[in-house]
Amino acid sequence: MVKSRQLGQVAVTMRFFGENLSCIRGERLVFSELDFAIEPGAALVLTGSNGSGKTSLLRVMAGLTRPSAGQLGWQDGPITDDPETHHSRLHYVGHLDALKPVLSVRENLATWSHLHGGPDKKITSALKKLRLEGFENIPGRYLSAGQRRRLSLARLVASDAPLWLLDEPTIALDAPSVDAVRSLIAEHRRNGGMAVIATNVDLGIADTSELNLLDFAAANEDIWEGVT
Amino acid sequence: MKALTLILGREIRLALRQIGDSAIIVLFFVLAAVLFPFGVGPEPNMLARMAPGGVWVTALLAAMLSFERLFTPDYEDGSLEQLALGPAPLEMVALAKAAAHWLTTGLPLMIAAPLIAVLYRLPDAGYGALLITMALGTPTISLIGTIGAALTLGSRRGGVLLSLLVIPLIVPVLIFGTAAIDAAIGGFPVRQHLMLMGGFLLGALVLTPLATAAALCQALE
Repeated sequence: MVKSRQLGQVAVTMRFFGENLSCIRGERLVFSELDFAIEPGAALVLTGSNGSGKTSLLRVMAGLTRPSAGQLGWQDGPITDDPETHHSRLHYVGHLDALKPVLSVRENLATWSHLHGGPDKKITSALKKLRLEGFENIPGRYLSAGQRRRLSLARLVASDAPLWLLDEPTIALDAPSVDAVRSLIAEHRRNGGMAVIATNVDLGIADTSELNLLDFAAANEDIWEGVT
Repeated sequence: MKALTLILGREIRLALRQIGDSAIIVLFFVLAAVLFPFGVGPEPNMLARMAPGGVWVTALLAAMLSFERLFTPDYEDGSLEQLALGPAPLEMVALAKAAAHWLTTGLPLMIAAPLIAVLYRLPDAGYGALLITMALGTPTISLIGTIGAALTLGSRRGGVLLSLLVIPLIVPVLIFGTAAIDAAIGGFPVRQHLMLMGGFLLGALVLTPLATAAALCQALE
């Protein structure tokens, strides 16, 4: 309840956007002149074939990679002014699970949840929501790929953050877990949260806007011409 | 500050669960130090003469082994991304990592050092200086090691490159560490050596987190 009220209050002015973003990986221009904006309760689905830059865009959004051009903004200000504040309002679930084989399921989750200021009781409910109850004390090294994924996703609900950045969140998940993720995203949006989801499969999330990275793919042949 | 203690707690917990990693470093320290008498002969005066240098050099080499494990596991499993995305700035993460490295590697080396010194028949007057120089020197080494570890993240054969980067930076610690012990044994004042080492530590405390954070930022891009 507290969560929804807090998020609801700031929801009026909250907006996450990027303007004229470009990203160069290696020597390849992955995307250019990309604009997006997302408001509370909205979900943005990133599509595009493999290598089209979905992960790169998510990393730019998270502030892990600096865009080669353009800027990101929160409400009306650029996020480069204060990266720590930006980090504290987002959860990023990437391809890597950030899971330690020697720590138990609960310890793994608690590490990240405590760092983001999440209370202990949320850890229990997060494990429950991701169907990991009963596995609390199992060391991370015994988890299956799907269970690792679920533990990674449990970070989303173990501490509050208005912006979720999800990279192929349903990879390796069984059908009931995909449903669980879908309902987590729906609940997050109902509470005024935002979600950006990179995916190649149809997650069946209602009322989303789609951003196809292929629309922003640059003509790569030209960019290094004349640069020797 | 809360983030600092949380990260420190995590590191220590991880180190305790993988206690073998720290134990191997100390074991290497002991083994390398034990080899010297076999090489140079068991003549007591000779061993006593080379005790300060022998202990310090082998401690440095042992520390060198441990730096590769400093960020690599976190980098490979995505934990480093999550640490970077935490509310704490990367400088704080770097400082916490260095502190944890000292507690799990520097401190055990410091505790093992007097025992090695006994094997070398270090004169009694040298033990105090040995402990103090270790106490001032090992944290400096941990701090400087974080720069090397962060810079070589993601590179193949990072270990060798890391040694090349770090060894020149810690030579002053070695010089003044052994000089202080020699001075103590000879009955000369050790204060200026220790003050210089304290200065190195303070300088490293301020500067290395900045350099490490910049290198980590680069590695994550």
